[in-house]
This record gives sequence, structure tokens and C-alpha cells, in this order.
Amino acid sequence: MHNDLTSQLAAQVRDALARAAPLRIVGGGTKPFLGREGAGEALEVSGHRGIVNYHPAELVLSARAGTPLAEVEAVLAEQGQMLPFEPPHYGDRATLGGTIACGLSGPARAYRGAARDFVLGVSLINGRGEALRFGGEVMKNVAGYDVSRLQVGAMGTLGVLLDISLKVLPCTARQLTLVQERDAQESITLMNEWAGRPLPLSATCHDGARLYVRLSGAESAINAAHQRIGGELLNDGAAFWRRVSEQQHDFFQQGRPLWRMSLPAATPVLDVAGLCFMEWGGAQRWMVSDVPAEQLRRVVTEHGGHATLFRADEQSAVRFHPLPAALLALQARVKAAFDPKGILNPGRLYAEF
Amino acid sequence: MSVIEDVLESNATSNDKLALLDALRAIVPEQAVLHEEEDLRPYECDGLSAYRRLPWVVVLPERVEQVQAIMRVCHQRNIPVVARGAGTGLSGGALPHEHGVLLSLAKFTSILNIDVANRSARVQPGVRNLAISQAVASLGLYYAPDPSSQIACSIGGNVAENSGGVHCLKYGLTVHNVLKLDIVTVEGELITVGSDALDSAGYDLLALFNGSEGMLGVIVEVTVKLLPIPERAQVLLGVFDDVEKAGTAVGEIIAAGIIPAGLEMMDTLAIQAAEDFAHVGYPVGAAAILLCEVDGTNEEVSEHVMHVREVLCACGATEVRTARDEQERIMMWKGRKSAFPAVGRLAPDYYCMDGTIPRRHLAQVLKRINELSREYNLPVANVFHAGDGNLHPLILYDANQPGELARTEEMGGKILELCVQVGGTITGEHGVGMEKIDQMCVQFAQAELGQFHALKAAFDPRGLLNPGKAVPTLHRCAELGAMHVHHGQLPFPELERF
Ligand SMILES: Cc1cc2nc3c(=O)[nH]c(=O)nc-3n(C[C@H](O)[C@H](O)[C@H](O)COP(=O)(O)OP(=O)(O)OC[C@H]3O[C@@H](n4cnc5c(N)ncnc54)[C@H](O)[C@@H]3O)c2cc1C
Repeated sequence: MHNDLTSQLAAQVRDALARAAPLRIVGGGTKPFLGREGAGEALEVSGHRGIVNYHPAELVLSARAGTPLAEVEAVLAEQGQMLPFEPPHYGDRATLGGTIACGLSGPARAYRGAARDFVLGVSLINGRGEALRFGGEVMKNVAGYDVSRLQVGAMGTLGVLLDISLKVLPCTARQLTLVQERDAQESITLMNEWAGRPLPLSATCHDGARLYVRLSGAESAINAAHQRIGGELLNDGAAFWRRVSEQQHDFFQQGRPLWRMSLPAATPVLDVAGLCFMEWGGAQRWMVSDVPAEQLRRVVTEHGGHATLFRADEQSAVRFHPLPAALLALQARVKAAFDPKGILNPGRLYAEF
Repeated sequence: MSVIEDVLESNATSNDKLALLDALRAIVPEQAVLHEEEDLRPYECDGLSAYRRLPWVVVLPERVEQVQAIMRVCHQRNIPVVARGAGTGLSGGALPHEHGVLLSLAKFTSILNIDVANRSARVQPGVRNLAISQAVASLGLYYAPDPSSQIACSIGGNVAENSGGVHCLKYGLTVHNVLKLDIVTVEGELITVGSDALDSAGYDLLALFNGSEGMLGVIVEVTVKLLPIPERAQVLLGVFDDVEKAGTAVGEIIAAGIIPAGLEMMDTLAIQAAEDFAHVGYPVGAAAILLCEVDGTNEEVSEHVMHVREVLCACGATEVRTARDEQERIMMWKGRKSAFPAVGRLAPDYYCMDGTIPRRHLAQVLKRINELSREYNLPVANVFHAGDGNLHPLILYDANQPGELARTEEMGGKILELCVQVGGTITGEHGVGMEKIDQMCVQFAQAELGQFHALKAAFDPRGLLNPGKAVPTLHRCAELGAMHVHHGQLPFPELERF
């Protein structure tokens, strides 16, 4: 199926605009839990799919937003390439558009970069029903404001993503995972010390008792780093990191609510009661905790971070970290610049817009 | 020059100016407010000296609260503000406004904090790019983006332009290496975008501020990411008797699964100029050279050097050199990094273009640039970031010859349109500024430009920040419009369009 539904989707948006009827943008429907509850008529984008352009030697792939993430990854793998930010899928039907709109990145994020770092261009339909194109298929482009990266993590509130161009990278020659017993504080120190040295790190995590380190690169570089870092070789490291990324690891089966805390990597172990799983050298920490939201957020803010209520039974709660008043007002104006009538996924990110 | 007319209408009088000077002197010391012509002269242009204009007033604050107060005063009085870092920009971005305040960040030169554990540095916007890496070198860290102007350009300017450098292929642009910004808004409010963590809540305004050319706010503090200095770096120099072969080699190196730290190309004229200037032993007379740097662990570098050498030879390199030691590696780069000033000695003036193209069109585009060079009878030296397809054709001209600047600009415009035609962009790293404002009408359709204006208005509804730059008015494009077709679908590329 290689369908270009641009004009149809634009017509649907214009129709909704005329009626001032909010739209709920749906890709593969794998992440309804993320963010605030969507409201409005469903706008299905999964039919708008297909790889539009792929030149392995250019390190660029462009695909329609409804293309299954798995299809994108398979096409890349055939050429020995990958999405460097290793996005989680959270379900078989995950689409590229949903992944970019949610701004999701996986285990390699701290070492290779985030989804937003690899977006080169997008086309989208704004809240006026206009189909627009920003950025492009080249590595460097500073013509006009960086509207493409602005879409990443915007949860579809600034536009219906149509096409996305990404920078891709060759898969590394070799990869291995090491595991060693360490407590959380020791692990934070070690992960950050290592990150300050020229070592081929590509993922780290701590499950509460053990520190896991993935090394990727040339054979020789990996062997040298293994010597230095120590630890036992983990069998089937790839499966381990996939379970972590997809939240199928045992840690994530321990109930709700699940918090995602984003912190300066070297932040010491926080004084928050609950279970903690660290990734990204300490910069992403998952917590299953019953500590009241305000209290938890206060601690995280004090350390220069922010907290997302990632999975919770209660849909109406504040999901993304509340913003200071001036910034919230500015973001509301940015939203209005793209979607003056507030018809695209209103309230999915913040209640105010 | 016609572009200069496209600015805010202003009925400012000399009384307004006196009142403004009084208001500014209440914020900063008397000597930090410049208004005599001789004092204003140094601020009349940035690195693109073909565009000059005296500002009304220059003000040099040294504290964030002063910047806030200055913005409040200007906002109250509807006075345009142009921020300026080191003034090395190459697109007229810091070109002053004749009835506006030029806000220099030159006194903000402190490195405020170095966080070793988190590998970041908090610096003021006027800190020079290279000064950051120098300050953290003893910790085994560095700041990756390295524009050739790095001894002079400011980090605030780097953010405003989303600057690149020779090591961007592997380590990314400014946007990939900045964590947090403090911004003073047009109303004088202080906001923070980004965070000390790897992401922040809400829209990614941090990404938006990178490359926003002083149009959305004044950057008063920058937190940059620091990387560990690689264990070893080695550079290979491939010599080619044909530009096309060199172009092919660029793609082949990347296709081989190697991401070099830097991959730069120079053509005959650029090689000659750099050699005369820097005496680094470049092969004068070669059609092209490729400089390919690989870095990583000791063993990894050895592996990659062998591999790259094979690829270069397979692509027809007549000679491949590797630096024998660090000294020689630095020399090899010195030639490249001094290429602009070196080419500058070949003619009274040069005009630096900045288009980016998908690499597979490299040979074709270089050939067409050569043809244009002959048509216009203006020599062109090519020295550029080949790895990411970012071209820097340098057109040599003499501004004192009547009509030569106009011809140069016309030819430059054609090169940029050619870049758009093959699916690229009019600017890879130097920004639109004043210079490429007309080519923006080629790159974007009305609706997209309209979206840019709406976004700008969310930050600066009255358009006081850097007016007339970066995004053309729809009116301006409409006037040019009859001559353009958008998205590269130029039906008769050979036809005259200007
Ligand atoms: C010889 C030479 C080589 C160069 N090589 C490269 C290169 O390799 N790669 C590259 O990318 N560029 C290069 N440049 C271009 C230039 O150095 C960069 O664009 C640089 O980032 C500009 O920094 P600056 O401090 O000089 O900014 P300025 O020229 O002072 O300003 C540039 C723009 O930024 C805005 N601005 C500056 N400071 C602030 C602030 N604090 N807040 C808000 N807006 C601000 C200005 O309004 C203006 O629009 C080169 C220039 C020269 C002269």
C-alpha cells in the first residue's frame, strides 16, 4: 500500500475547521495512554503510508507519516542502516508519524541523539488546512525557522504530519552488552565518568541492582572498552534492550502510576519513595511511585529536570510537567500560530491548548 | 542595493533619538551607549561587507537585567532591535537598522560554570566558540561544532545561525550540541528554553531558537554539551585529477559504513590559494582534494584509515597521504580552515555562497557552477563541507568595477536556485539574513512563508526584532513571484529569471 492521502486529509481538516470541530489524530493507535486524553473526531492517518525516498549513501530516508515503524526499520536494515534514536514502538501498529509526534527515543538516546536530532524535514497540514513543507532531505538547512524539529514531541497539536525526512546511520560493526552488580548511586557515578571518556557507549541502564552497558563500534574499540569497563557478557543483549525500550522488562510490570523523570544525568539518587529504573546514563529515570504528583515534581524541578506521568489509570491528570506562566503563554501563542481555532488534538499536551 | 529598502517604516525624529539616548543611559553607563557616526562605523556591517548601514544607536550592556531594561525601553517606544555577537555572520543578519538599536552582546564574555559530571558548560552569549573548548581541554572535553570562524565568532551568534563546522558530519550542528538557553523576549521578559536534562516539557522551543537569526528573542545565556576528546584523530588527504571522482569518493566512504569526523573538499583554485597562504604542502595543480578525518579509539582509527585509503584509491585518487603526526594533521586542517581568507587574497572581494544539496548531485552542480563562472566571467573557488553536501562556492569579484557586484549577486542567486532545483536548500549554515531574502521566495511557497510570519508574531507581534531579515514579506515575493516556480519545479532552468 503506497497511498498519498494529502488532499483528502487536508479536506478533512478544512471541513473540521469550518465546523470548529476538534480532531483527534490517530496513527497506529498504540500510544493513547501518552499525554492527556484526546477528544474529538478521529482523523485516521495510517492510510497515508509508504517510503517516499531512500538513498542509503545519502543517509536520508523520507516516508509518509502512516508508514509502520517496523517497515521503516526493515527497509533500513536491508541496507545495513538504522534509526539512530532507536524509538520504542509500544505496539505492532506503531507508525513513523506517531513516533515523531510523541518525540520518543530509545536506549541509544544519550549517546547518539534523540528523535528531534535526526529530523531533517517534514510536511504537515496546519490548523488552517494548508499542506506545508519545511526543511528537506539535506543534512544542513537553516532556511526559515526550524518548524520540522518543533513538531517532534508536539503530540500533533501543531499539525497533522504527512511526510518525514530523517537522517539515518549505518549499523555499527559490532555490539555487546556487559552487566555488573552495582547500586544505583555507584552506577550514576560510573555511567557519567565513562561518558566523559572516549568510549564506544551506546546504551546504559540500571535495574535497581545491576548496571548494564552496551558498547557499539569497531571490533577493536569494543574489546578495548570491555577491558576498561569490566562486567560479564550478557547473552542476547539485543533482546534485553528491546524489552527495556518497549517497557516489557519486569520492572514495568509492577503497577501504576509510571513516571518518567528527565534529569541532568549525574543527579544523585532522588529522595522519592518508589521503584526506580534508570536509563540514558541517569538522564531518564522511570519510577513506579505513589508519592503525590506535586511533591514528586517539586523534587525533580529542584534538580533541574521535569517529570511526565507516563502511564496512569487516571486519564484526566496533568501528564506533562506544568510550565512557568510566561512559557505556557508563549507556547499557547505558538499553538495558535499553527492552529488558530484549536482543532488539532486540543488538550492532548496541556489542558490550556 | 534594493534589499535594504525592505525595513520597518519609521517616522523617528531626532527628538526621539535624544529621548532614547537618555533612557538607555539610565540603564547602562554613558560610554556603553554609542551614537556618534565614528563610533557607529565599526557596526555598519557583519562579515558580508557588501551590505552596510549605520545603526541609530549602539548599546553595549553587560548584565542580563540591563538587556531586559533595554528591551523594555525599546518595546515601549516601538524601536527595532538588532542583536549582534561578534559580527562574523555572512548573510547580513546583524546588519543594523537605521532607526533602531544595535544591541551588542560583546561584553558578555564569561564562562559561568563548567559541570564536569554532566559534561556541560554554562556560558554567556559573547563567549567565543573556541574559548569554550580551550577552557575545558584540560578536562579531556571539548565543544564539537567548529565553524572556521571559531576564533572570533560568539556562541550566541552560533545559536542564532545554527552554525556548523568541519566536524558536523559526525557530531552535529549547534542545535545538536546546545542544552539550554536563557532568552530575553521582545517585552524584556526572561525565559528559559531547554534544560540541563536531555529534553524539556512542552514544545521544543530550544530547537526553534537555533537558527532563528535574532528574530525571536535575545539569547543571554547558553548551556552547551561537552564531548570527550577522541583518543585519536587521523586525517587522510586524497588527491584527484577530476572533481567528479572526488565527489564519488565522498559517497563511497559513507556507503562503506564509515562516518568520518570531517569530510571536506577543495578545488584547484582553492587549493592554490590555501597553499600560497598557509604553506601546508597541498598538491598545487590537482583538480580536487578530499580531507577525510576519522576519529575514535586508537585501534578503530587504524582500521578506518586503512578502509578509507582503499576507498579513495578505488575511486581513482592519484595519491593518498596520511598525516605522520599531530603537527602534520593540524597543518592539513590549517589550509582548509584558512581557505576563506586565502581565497580573499586572490581578488579585491569575494562572495561566499552556502547552498546545500543531496550529495548525489555534487558533480552535476559543480559542473554547472563552472559553466556559470564562465558565462559571467567571474572566477569561482570551491571549498566546502562535502560530507554533508554543503557547498561554499566563493565568487571572486571587484566591487570597484561598475556593475560587478550586481553581476556577482545575480550569479550567486542562480547558484542558490540550482541548489533548490536539485532538492537542496539556499543556506546550510550561514543563514538567510538580508542576503538571501529573495531566494526564500524560491525555496518556500506563500503559505509556508505565512506560517513563518505567524510563528514570528507569537514571539514578536510588532516585528521589532531584526526587522526585514530571514523571512521575506509576502508582498516582496509576490513582486518577484511572476518569475519563480516553487519547489524546484523550474520548467526552463536555462531561462533568464532575474
Ligand atoms: C572566515 C569565516 C568563516 C566562517 N566559517 C563558518 C563555518 O565554517 N560554519 C558556519 O556555520 N559559519 C561560518 N561563518 C559564519 C559566522 O561565523 C557564523 O554565522 C557565526 O555563528 C556568527 O556568529 P557571530 O557571533 O559573529 O554573530 P553575528 O554575525 O554578530 O550575528 C549573526 C546573527 O545572529 C544574531 N545574533 C547574534 N548574537 C545573538 C544573540 N545573543 N541573541 C540573538 N541573536 C543573536 C544576529 O542578530 C544575526 O542575525 C564564517 C564566517 C567567516 C567570516
